[in-house]
Amino acid sequence: MPDRPTLTLTEASMEEIKHLVSKRAIAGETVLLNMGPQHPSTHGVLRLLLELDGEEVVRCIPDVGYLHTGIEKNMEAKTYIKAEVMSDRLDYLNNVGNNLAYCLAIEKLTGLDVPPRAQAIRVILTELQRIASHLIFLATTGLDVAATSIWMYCFRERNLILDIMEMCSGQRMMTTYIRPGGLWRDVPAEFEGEVRSFIKVFPSRVDEYEALLTKNPIFLDRTKDIGVLTQEDALSWGVTGPMLRASGIPHDLRKSQPYSGYELYDFEIPMRSEGDTFARYIVRIEEMREALRIVEQALDKLPYGPVRSDNRKYVPPPRSELGTSMEALIHHFKLWTEGFNPPKGSVYVAVESPRGELGVYLESDGGPKPYRIHWRTPSFTNLQILPLIARGHLIGDLVLLIGTVDIVLGDVDR
Amino acid sequence: MSENLSVISEAIRERFAAQEYAFLGEVSLIVKPEQIVEVCKALRDEFNFEVLTEETAVDYWPEQSPRFHVVYRMRSLQHTLILGLRVPLEGNAPSIPTIEGIYKNANWFERELWDMFGIHVEGHSDLRRIVLPYDWEGHPLRKDYPLGYEEVQFSFNFDEIDIRKPYAKE
Repeated sequence: MPDRPTLTLTEASMEEIKHLVSKRAIAGETVLLNMGPQHPSTHGVLRLLLELDGEEVVRCIPDVGYLHTGIEKNMEAKTYIKAEVMSDRLDYLNNVGNNLAYCLAIEKLTGLDVPPRAQAIRVILTELQRIASHLIFLATTGLDVAATSIWMYCFRERNLILDIMEMCSGQRMMTTYIRPGGLWRDVPAEFEGEVRSFIKVFPSRVDEYEALLTKNPIFLDRTKDIGVLTQEDALSWGVTGPMLRASGIPHDLRKSQPYSGYELYDFEIPMRSEGDTFARYIVRIEEMREALRIVEQALDKLPYGPVRSDNRKYVPPPRSELGTSMEALIHHFKLWTEGFNPPKGSVYVAVESPRGELGVYLESDGGPKPYRIHWRTPSFTNLQILPLIARGHLIGDLVLLIGTVDIVLGDVDR
Repeated sequence: MSENLSVISEAIRERFAAQEYAFLGEVSLIVKPEQIVEVCKALRDEFNFEVLTEETAVDYWPEQSPRFHVVYRMRSLQHTLILGLRVPLEGNAPSIPTIEGIYKNANWFERELWDMFGIHVEGHSDLRRIVLPYDWEGHPLRKDYPLGYEEVQFSFNFDEIDIRKPYAKE
């Protein structure tokens, strides 16, 4: 390496963090406190360096990277098909959405067509996953304000969704069900019935959560006017997802640049203008209802037909053909050993994950492995505004604010 | 490419002598590193690109000029447009001016650039490593950084590899 000043934090001495804390901390008037990474209320392995004046947060400095697994580097060393399983592990509450973003990028690069049935099933599963992810948000946020029972209720419903995932793919969380060019295989016969019974039961359960929290005076006290994020700040910090919509900007990629056939369904974008913790809670509750509407419409319109593209240069042939067709056997062998070679070039594809814009920047050099893949993850950008919205609030509120940003540390650190 | 985007692309190309790279309907403009702050300012203030969506880099090692491309992507919520910028950088120890003053969320993206690619960001307010430990050596997303395999020793090259192999010291 060249002779450049090394800009590393050699030890946590005052000298090296003094550009991050206020002058009062250096004078010794405020207290510096470490919170995390092993702390139950930081929702993962997030470490925060807090500057406190009594119980009030003066500065908050997030320190991420405790869950860094080098996924981008690892994906560069694997073929396109093998690299897909790593995408599940990024945002472990939105696996289907990660697979979808990755597959859409490959499909754009290679020009693969996805059959309508596969697209509809993709939408159903992504929206179910969105509900499951928002349920985790609701459960942990409830727990942060000491509403313990909501935790139990939310996990009860999440379990129903995970059962549906298991029925389709054999896995509850790391499904890798969506594949380039379609799906791994068609959904089982019981799928429709299971999803219908979930649609039947879920609206009343959302009402139940709302009955527990929305008018609860303790919850209102803890959330109203806490952590206000203005429209200007939200834009200049590049915040996306429910946080942006709670600040009064109705931006949703499912509406503004529809993918996977979202333009076929009728749904609203929930929006609030207050930008506080309560607004973010309401937006997510409403989003669960809208997601359910999309699932119902997609299920009603679910077309029959194949679930995989028949372009054999990219998509493996069905198992049944291997015994009779020499050509199918050759394609199978080539795809599972060498992999496929997309054309040279780079694409950027973004989907709306439960946390915001999940983007994949994929660059191909014409070989069987991705030359460079960058995951533009929503939690990484959204977490940056935590110091801004936490300033001037109590430590007890800070815990709630971490929950309301709805971070997944696997998504932040990659 | 939509009509709006081609108008914007042409305006930027004329003013900054930039080149256009279009692929599958996505437009990227190739600009020089010293112009990046000006280009970003023009995009945000004149063409309503309010949001910086991503900032990352690509390493073209063993190529040396350019070795890196820094990739920016801006989104205009008002016009539902998305535009990429690519900045080629020369040599093994490149540097690029910060755009933190224009898009605030560039802060962490640029820390990641330094951490993962060793691209020095001039004028950055807090250029520490972001995800790796502070005493880490090297920049992992460079193409000349190994993934961490252990070489297999055979009888013909046993000694050769044995010399290089790290063992626990007494």
